[in-house]
Formats: sequence, C-alpha cells, structure tokens
Amino acid sequence: MTTDTVLQIRNSSDIVRVRQEARSRAVALGFTLVEQTKFITAASELARNTLEYGGGGTATFETVHSGFRSGLRATFEDRGPGIADIQLALQDGYTTGKGLGLGLGGARRLVNDFEIDSRPGEGTRVSIVRWK
Amino acid sequence: MDRIPILKLGEALLVTIQVDMHDQLATALEEDLTNRIVEVGAKGVLIDISSLEIVDSFIGRMLDSIAAVSRMLDAETVVVGMRPAVAITLVELGLSMPGVKTALDVDRGMAIIRRRIEPGAQAGLSDY
Repeated sequence: MTTDTVLQIRNSSDIVRVRQEARSRAVALGFTLVEQTKFITAASELARNTLEYGGGGTATFETVHSGFRSGLRATFEDRGPGIADIQLALQDGYTTGKGLGLGLGGARRLVNDFEIDSRPGEGTRVSIVRWK
Repeated sequence: MDRIPILKLGEALLVTIQVDMHDQLATALEEDLTNRIVEVGAKGVLIDISSLEIVDSFIGRMLDSIAAVSRMLDAETVVVGMRPAVAITLVELGLSMPGVKTALDVDRGMAIIRRRIEPGAQAGLSDY
C-alpha cells in the first residue's frame, strides 16, 4: 500500500517534480506507456494552472481502488482567485492568461475521472483519476 | 542558469532536448535559438525531442513559436523523434501544432532541410 504524497507547487521546477512523481507512480501501478504519458501530461497541465492562475498550491497523489480496479488520483489545490465560470474555463481556447487555453479541457480528455470545484475568492480544487 | 546546447551542422542548427525542461529553460531556449539563427545565418533548425517523455501545452506552444519565429528569419524548423505515446497524447490534448514540420529521426529531418538549401540536390524530392 503506497502512501499519499503531497508536493508543493511554488515555481516551475515544482511542475517538473510533479511530473516525476506522476511518472514514478504510474510506472509502479503498471500503466502502459500511453497511459503513463497521458496521466503525466494531464498532471503537468494542472500543476501549471495551479501555479499560474492559483498563485501556487499543492499536488496530492494517491492510489485508489474500486472493486478489482486500481487507479491513480492526483488532486491540485490552490487558494487563488478561483474560477468564475467553470464551463467557460473548460472550453478549448478559452484563457484569462497567456496560455493556449487547453489546460483544463485537455487534461480532462486525458484521464478517466475529472472533478473540479472552485469558489471565487477562495480557491480551486481539481481532481483527476486514471484507472488501470 | 542552465542552457540547452545548440550545435551548428553546416547551415543548420541542432538542438537535442535531453532533460525534463522547466518552463524558464524552454523560454531561454527559444531566445537562444532565435539569436543563433541570425548569428550563423542558419537555414534550418532541427529539434530532437526523442528523449522527451511528455510534451505538454507549454512545450508544444514553445515548439510552435520557435517554428514561427525561425520562419520569419528564413529558417525551417523540423521537430524530430517524437515518441508515439507523445503523439497520441498531443492529439488528445488538442494540440496539433499545424505550424511545425516533423520527421521521424534526425536523418530524415536533415534531408528536409537539405532539400530546402539545395533544391536541385535531390531530383524528384524538391517539391517546395
């Protein structure tokens, strides 16, 4: 049983560390190369959002189980300004920053489960799961 | 700060990305490469990403931007060695990088640039 890992996201080197943690956990769970790549890429996009839009925060990795299946969950939390319109933020090409606007919508396509909870003025929490 | 080395190969520049780049390193590469293109009058830029395990939207945007800027400076950019899993992920992410030419490996990428430098060099292949 692996324990949860909490990583701080304060600068762009931390995004690299998030990718490394995502990779080692995906490998440990026996994900295929494509599954690994999708999960790491999604984690990278969300870690960058936490840094750029949330002003920094945390990434938490945990192994989850459902029946016979196991999966990998990553949760990104910040106490930034929050997202006023989540549906709009999920649309490809929509951005309030200088990115391409693919981060949230793109990350959602790369995983099996995607949950987002955001309150203006309080922060944002995005959780993704990729099942084995 | 770390820098990614840029090698000169005839009239082309070769960049081999071997580390998991953090964002500032990617931005520095874009600037360094643009300066080198002008310095040496490069006609082509080869970017070897075969060591990269992932390309996210930030790195994808950087590659797209390098291709656009080098085109303005009369140099062709070819991204080579993309891993199959990275290609699948990029398409699903929604990043198709329409402005970026790709080739399977450095040799094929170099052939694209060579054809551009000497259009008559390889008969039948000089289609642009």
